Amino acid sequence: MKILVFLEGQENHLKRASKEAITAALSLAPAENVTGILLHGTSEQAQAAGAFGLANVLVAQGDMLKDYSVTAATSVIEQAVQQTGADLVLFSATAHGKELAPRVAVRLQAGFAPDCMAIELDGNQLVATRPVYAGKASQKIKITTPKQVASLRPNIFTAKKAASAANVNVQEFTPNITAADVKTKVTNVAVNEGKLDVSEADIIVSGGRGLKAPENYHLVESLAKALGGAVGASRAVVDAGWRPHTEQVGQTGKTVSPKLYVACGISGAVQHLAGMSSSKIIVAINKDKEAPIFKLADYGLVGDVLEILPKLTSKINEVHGKPNHN
Amino acid sequence: MNILVCVSQVPDTASKIAVDASGKKINPAGVKFIVNPYDEYALEEGLRQKAASGGTVTALTVGGDTAKEALRTALAMGVDKAILVKDDVREDSFSVAENIAAVAKEINPDLIILGRQSIDFDSFQVASMVGEILGLPSISMVSKLAINGTNVTADRDIEGGKETVETTLPCVISAQKGLNEPRYPKLPDIMKAKSKPIEERPSASSTTRVEVLGMELPQSKRAGKVLGDSDGDIAELVRLLHEEAKVV
Ligand SMILES: Cc1cc2nc3c(=O)[nH]c(=O)nc-3n(C[C@H](O)[C@H](O)[C@H](O)COP(=O)(O)OP(=O)(O)OC[C@H]3O[C@@H](n4cnc5c(N)ncnc54)[C@H](O)[C@@H]3O)c2cc1C
Ligand SMILES: Nc1ncnc2c1ncn2[C@@H]1O[C@H](COP(=O)(O)O)[C@@H](O)[C@H]1O
Repeated sequence: MKILVFLEGQENHLKRASKEAITAALSLAPAENVTGILLHGTSEQAQAAGAFGLANVLVAQGDMLKDYSVTAATSVIEQAVQQTGADLVLFSATAHGKELAPRVAVRLQAGFAPDCMAIELDGNQLVATRPVYAGKASQKIKITTPKQVASLRPNIFTAKKAASAANVNVQEFTPNITAADVKTKVTNVAVNEGKLDVSEADIIVSGGRGLKAPENYHLVESLAKALGGAVGASRAVVDAGWRPHTEQVGQTGKTVSPKLYVACGISGAVQHLAGMSSSKIIVAINKDKEAPIFKLADYGLVGDVLEILPKLTSKINEVHGKPNHN
Repeated sequence: MNILVCVSQVPDTASKIAVDASGKKINPAGVKFIVNPYDEYALEEGLRQKAASGGTVTALTVGGDTAKEALRTALAMGVDKAILVKDDVREDSFSVAENIAAVAKEINPDLIILGRQSIDFDSFQVASMVGEILGLPSISMVSKLAINGTNVTADRDIEGGKETVETTLPCVISAQKGLNEPRYPKLPDIMKAKSKPIEERPSASSTTRVEVLGMELPQSKRAGKVLGDSDGDIAELVRLLHEEAKVV
C-alpha cells in the first residue's frame, strides 16, 4: 500500500493535524511507501515532516498555486498520485481538508471515508471507524475501490515524533496547472489575532447559560488563561450575543477533541455533546447534579459556577506556580 | 437565477437511536425525522437570492417516500418546485452526489446550494462531490455570500479565522450557520404545501464505493467522579487533574 499524505503548513511548521496524519499513515505502511505533499510549502515545513518520520515530501510549486484554490489543489494531488502511485490519500478533516478530500475522491474514482476516528487495513482496503448521528453511534466502513481517500478527525490520532528524525528527501514538484484548474481562489485570510481557536486548542474552557450574564464570562476567560487553553461557548450564549459564533462548540459550531474540556454552566444538550464528546478528559461544573453533562464527565463539581470558577482558577495558578511542574 | 437546493431528511438529534437487526443502520421506528438543519439555511439562501434577482428555486431530495416530508417543508418555505429522486438505500454519499448531479445536468442551475453537512452521517462531502462531478467550482461552509452579476464572493470559516473565496457562476456552495436566519413556514403555506406536486424520478446511480460493515452505540459510559463545591472539593479536582488525568 502506497500512501500520499496532504500536509498543511503553518508558517515554518506543519499544522498539528498534519503531523497526526503522518503518524497515522506510518501506522499503515513503511516510511518508503509514504509521501507527503505540501502545496506551495517551504523546506522548513518539509523538514518538520521529517521529525515525525516522513522520508519523502513533494513540495508543489508554481505561480498558479500562490493563492489557495480547492480546484487547483485537486489537480495537484491527482498528479502527485500519478507520480507516486499512491493507493490511498490521507487528509486531516480541517476546513481545507474537508472541502478538498471529497473532490479528490471523485477525481480518482476513489471511495471516501470522512472524519475517521480509527483506521486499519483489511488486505489492501481501508477500514475506518467514524462517528455518526452526532456522535451517538459509530460506523465501521470499508472502502471497496482500488484508489482510496480518507480524512482524519483532528486531535484523535496522537502525533509521534520519530526516534531519530528521518532524512527527508524533499522533491520540488511542478504540476501542470492551467487557469482552467483554478476555478476558485482564496483572496483574503482574516486571522482572529491573538486568540487560540477552539479547533486547535489542547485545553478548552467553555461557558453556558449558567454564567448568568456576559459580564461573568471573564471567569471562563481567566480559567482558560490559567490553563493555557482556548475559550469556547454553548449555542445558548452565542445566540444571546454574549460570545462570537467562532467560539461555539457543538453540532452547529465546531467539533473539538481536546485533552481537557471544562464545561461551565452548560447543561450538556445532545447538540453540544456532538461537538465535544470525543474530548479526552471532560470536567463539568453545574449546580444541577442531574444535568446530562455529568453523564459524560470524568470529573464534576456540583455547585455555583460563579463561586467555583475564581477558586478553581487560583488553585490552578498555584499548581502551575510550582517550580517542579512540567 | 435558476437555483437548486439539496435537502436531506435526517433524524432529529434529540431522538434516541437504536441499531436495527442488520447491525448496520438505525431502526427508524419511533425516530422523528426533520429537515437537516443546515439545509434550512440553504433553502433560505435560495429564496433570498431569488427575491434579489428573480428566477426559480427547485428543492431536491434523494431518499425514500418518507423523505417527501422534507420537500413539503421546502414547499411551505416557498420553493417553486420539488423533486424526489427515489433511492431507499443511499448508503453511499457518492451515489447521492451522482443523483444530484444528474438532476443538475438537466435543469442547468446557476447556483446549487447544499448544507454544510447532513447531521445523520456527518460526512461533509456531497457539496464538493457535486462540484467535482459537474466540473463546477464549489465553496463549502459559507457563512456570508455576495453575488454580483456572475461574480461570487463568499466567506468561509477556517481554523482560527475566516477566508474569503472568489469564483463565478455557475457554482456550488454549502451553507453554514450564520449565512442567514431561516424563515418559519406559516400555517397556511404548510397547508397549501400538502397538495403541491412533488415530481418523482428513479435513481440514476447505483455506484457504491464504500461498504458499511457495522454500526455500534458507544457503550463506555464514563464513571465520573462528581464532587461538591467546597474548597476541599476544588483542591481535590485540581489534584486529580494534575496527578490522575495528568492534563494540568
Ligand atoms: C439544530 C440544533 C443545533 C444546535 N447546535 C448547538 C451547538 O452547536 N452547540 C450548542 O451548545 N448547542 C446547540 N444547540 C442548542 C442546544 O440544544 C442547547 O439549547 C444549548 O446547548 C444549551 O446551552 P446551555 O447549556 O448553555 O444552556 P442551558 O441548557 O440553559 O443550561 C444551562 C445550565 O447551567 C446550569 N446553571 C445555571 N445556573 C448555574 C450556576 N449558577 N452555576 C452552575 N450551573 C448553573 C443549569 O443547571 C443548566 O444545566 C442546538 C440546537 C438545535 C435544535
Ligand atoms: N439524500 C440527500 N438528498 C438531497 N441532498 C442531500 C442528501 N444527502 C446530503 N444532501 C445534501 O448534502 C449536504 C451535505 O451532506 P453530507 O455530505 O452527507 O454531510 C446536505 O446538507 C444536503 O444539502
